[in-house]
Amino acid sequence: MNARIPLETVEQSLYEVRRKIYPRAVHGWFARWRWTLVFATQFVFYGLAWLEWNGRQAVLFDLAARKFYLFGLVFWPQDVIYLTVLLIVSALALFLFTAVAGRLWCGYACPQTVYTEIFMWIERRIEGDRPARMKLDKQPLGARKVALKAAKHGAWITLALWTGLTFVGYFTPIRDLTHSFATLDYGPWETFWILFYALATYGNAGWMREQVCKYMCPYARFQSAMFDSDTLVITYDAARGEPRGSRPRARDGEARSDRQGDCVDCHICVQVCPTGIDIRDGLQYECIGCAACVDACDQVMDKVGSPRGLIRYATENALRNGWSWRQILARVARPRVLVYTSILGAVAIAGAVALWMRVPVKVDVIRDRTSLAREVENGRVENLYRLQLMNTQERARAIAVSVEGAAPLRGLELADGAGRFEVPPLTTRMVTIRVRAQAVDGRGAHPITFVIESTDGAAGAFKLREKSRFLLP
Amino acid sequence: MSDFTSGFWGLFVAGATLVSIVACGLLLASLSKRKVATDPDDTGHVWDEDLNELNNPLPRWWIWLFWITIVFSLGYLWLYPGLGANPGSLKWTSTGEYTEEVKQAEAQFGPLYARMALVDVKQLSTDSVARSAGERLFMSYCSQCHAADARGAKGFPNLTDADWLHGGDPETIKTTILDGRNAMMPSMAAVVGDAAGAKDMANYVRSLAKLDHDAAGAARAQPKFAVCAACHGPEGKGNPAMGAPNLTDKVWLYGSSEATIAETIMKGRTNVMPAHRAFLGEQRVHVLAAYVYGLSQGQSRDNGTAPVSAVK
Repeated sequence: MNARIPLETVEQSLYEVRRKIYPRAVHGWFARWRWTLVFATQFVFYGLAWLEWNGRQAVLFDLAARKFYLFGLVFWPQDVIYLTVLLIVSALALFLFTAVAGRLWCGYACPQTVYTEIFMWIERRIEGDRPARMKLDKQPLGARKVALKAAKHGAWITLALWTGLTFVGYFTPIRDLTHSFATLDYGPWETFWILFYALATYGNAGWMREQVCKYMCPYARFQSAMFDSDTLVITYDAARGEPRGSRPRARDGEARSDRQGDCVDCHICVQVCPTGIDIRDGLQYECIGCAACVDACDQVMDKVGSPRGLIRYATENALRNGWSWRQILARVARPRVLVYTSILGAVAIAGAVALWMRVPVKVDVIRDRTSLAREVENGRVENLYRLQLMNTQERARAIAVSVEGAAPLRGLELADGAGRFEVPPLTTRMVTIRVRAQAVDGRGAHPITFVIESTDGAAGAFKLREKSRFLLP
Repeated sequence: MSDFTSGFWGLFVAGATLVSIVACGLLLASLSKRKVATDPDDTGHVWDEDLNELNNPLPRWWIWLFWITIVFSLGYLWLYPGLGANPGSLKWTSTGEYTEEVKQAEAQFGPLYARMALVDVKQLSTDSVARSAGERLFMSYCSQCHAADARGAKGFPNLTDADWLHGGDPETIKTTILDGRNAMMPSMAAVVGDAAGAKDMANYVRSLAKLDHDAAGAARAQPKFAVCAACHGPEGKGNPAMGAPNLTDKVWLYGSSEATIAETIMKGRTNVMPAHRAFLGEQRVHVLAAYVYGLSQGQSRDNGTAPVSAVK
C-alpha cells in the first residue's frame, strides 16, 4: 500500500446521519408512466383479493391447509416447481430489462418506488411541495405544524394498515378479515402480520425511502453486472451542457456565446431526485432510474428555449459517438440481450407447457415397510402397498388402479379385484392395495408399475404410471 | 448444563458470555468514530498507483441495529436459560414445553376419547368417527407388526379373519391390547426324537388340517400326539385360554409347509404381544379394540378400500 500521508486529520463519525430529502413534485411523460404503473400494480394488489371464483376467493394462499388457489387452479406444495419457474422467469426478465434499459423495475414498478410515490403524494397534499415542506420542518413546533404532521402520519398509517390487511387477505380470506375488523377479532398470526406489513409499508415508504434502495436492496448492488456500454441509462449530456451556469435569456436573433453550455445550473434536476443525487455527476449506484430529472430538465429546456434531452435516456456508446436513436436501437440486438431473451423464452414456454399438461391427480406409491411379503392360498405371494391419492381439483375424481410387471412375476393382480376408487375434491386419500403374484423362482425385488387412470369421462382424462418393487421371498 | 459435574463451568460460560457482549459494545463504540483525512470523501488510501479508497459511510441507523442486537441478547438472557446455569426469569425448559403441549393435546382430545369409552365396543366398531380415530391409532402403534392392512405377517397374526389365538370377543381383544400376551410352544425334540420323527409328526399335523401328507409317517407319529394334546387338545382344535392355535384350520401363523411345521416342532416358538395399558391408556385401547373388532367382523380396513360403487 502506498499511503498518502494526510497533512491533517479530524475526528469523524464513520456513520452517516441521513440527510432528509425533499423531492420536488414532477410532471411529464415519464412521471405519467410511473403513475400509470402505480395505478396498475395497486389496482391488482388491492383489488385482486376481492375477486370471487368458484364460490371462493380467486387468489388465496391457504398456508394452514397448504392449498394455493389461483383462479381455476389449486396448487399443492408438490407443485413448487411452478413457483420455481415463476421465480426464474422473473429473475431472467429482470436481467433482460436491466440489460436493455437499466433500472426500469426500480424506477417504475418496484413496491418501494410505488409506495414511496403514493406516500409522497399524500405528503404533498397535506404539507405542500418541497419549499413548503422545508419551511415547515424548520418551524418551531406549533399548532399548525402538529396538525399537519398528525394529518400526514394519520393518512400514512391508515393506508399502511389497509395495505397490511390486503396483504394478509391473500392468506386468510379477506372478507372474513374485514368483517372482523370492527371487533378486531384476529388470531395472533393475523394480528402480527397485519401490523408487521403495515409497519414495513409505513417505515419503508414514509421514513426509510431511498435508504432502502441504497443500503438494503441487494438488486441495486448487483445490477451493475448486467449493465454494459449499450445499456440505456439516464444520462446528463455533459458535452452539450458544460460549461454550466445561468445566462441571460437569448434575445431574438442574437446568437448565444459559444462558450456557454445548455445547462443553466437551476438545480431542478437535483431537487426532484428521490435519492438526492446530482445526475450531472454521471451514473451513480444511487440512481434508481426514475427519470424524474429527465422530465424536470425537459421543462426547463422548453422554458429557456433550448432543445429537450439535455438529460435523457442514452447509452454510454451513444453519448460518446453521438449516435441517433436508430443506431442505439440497432445495438439492442446484441449477444447479451439475445441470450437473456432466448433463455427467458425457453423457460417461459417450458413452464407454460408443463402447466398445460399438469395432471390434477398425484399419486405416491409407498411399499408397506412393515411387511415384506406374505404367502397366501395356492402358494401365491402377496405384497402390500399404500397409495396416496391426491386430488388437487375442486371436483371428485374416479380412478382405476391396475398393476403391470414382467417375468418372473406371473399372474400379477390386485387381491381385492376392482381397484376402483373415488377421491373427493381437494383431498388426499390413503388406500391400501394388496398385489398378488404367482410365486415361482426368482427371489428378491422385481420392478412393477402401477397404472392409475381416470374413469370419469374424457374431460380432464389422465393416465399415470408409478414405479415400485415387488418382493418374492 | 446438567452435563457438567462442576458448578465452575456454569459460571465460566456466564462470564464468557457477558464479557463477549460487553466487548462487542466497546468495539462498536470505539469503531464508530475514527481519525480520517480532512477530505471526508477520501480515506487517503491508495493501492496500485491510482486506486483510491473513497469513504462511503454506512448510515447511522445501521449501527443502531448492532446496538439493538446487544439489547436483545441481554433481554433474551434475562428471560431464557443461556447464562450458564441460570434458568432465566421465565423458567423455560424444553421438557416443560413438551409437558405443556401434551397437556393441551389431552385437553383437546381427552373428552372425545372419554365419550367413546362410554360406548360399548360392538357399537363403537360401527361408528365412523371412532373407526377413523382407531385407524390412526392402528397405523401408529400396531401396523409395525400386523401390517398396514392388519393382515399380519409371518409370526404376526392376521386380525381381519375370524380365527383368534386368544379369543376374538370384544373384551378379550381389549385385554390382549391392554396387558399383552405371551405364548410359548416348547421344543418337542425330546418327544419326537430326531429329524425323521419331527417329519412324521409334521405329516400328522398336516393330516389334521386335511393337507397333503404322508399317511404312513402320520400313523407313526399319532401316538406321540398325546403330549401335544395337552395344549392343542386331543383333536388338535387348540385352546384359546393358553393361546394354543387350532391345527385343523387353514390359518398358519408361521407357515404350513412340512419343513416349517417340523422346524416349529423341533425348536419351539416364542411370541409376545406387548402390553399397551401404561403406554396408551384404557380409553385409547377401548377405541383400538373397537376398530380391531370391526376388522374381524368384515368391515373394510378403511374407507380407502371401499369400491366406487359402494361410495355412490
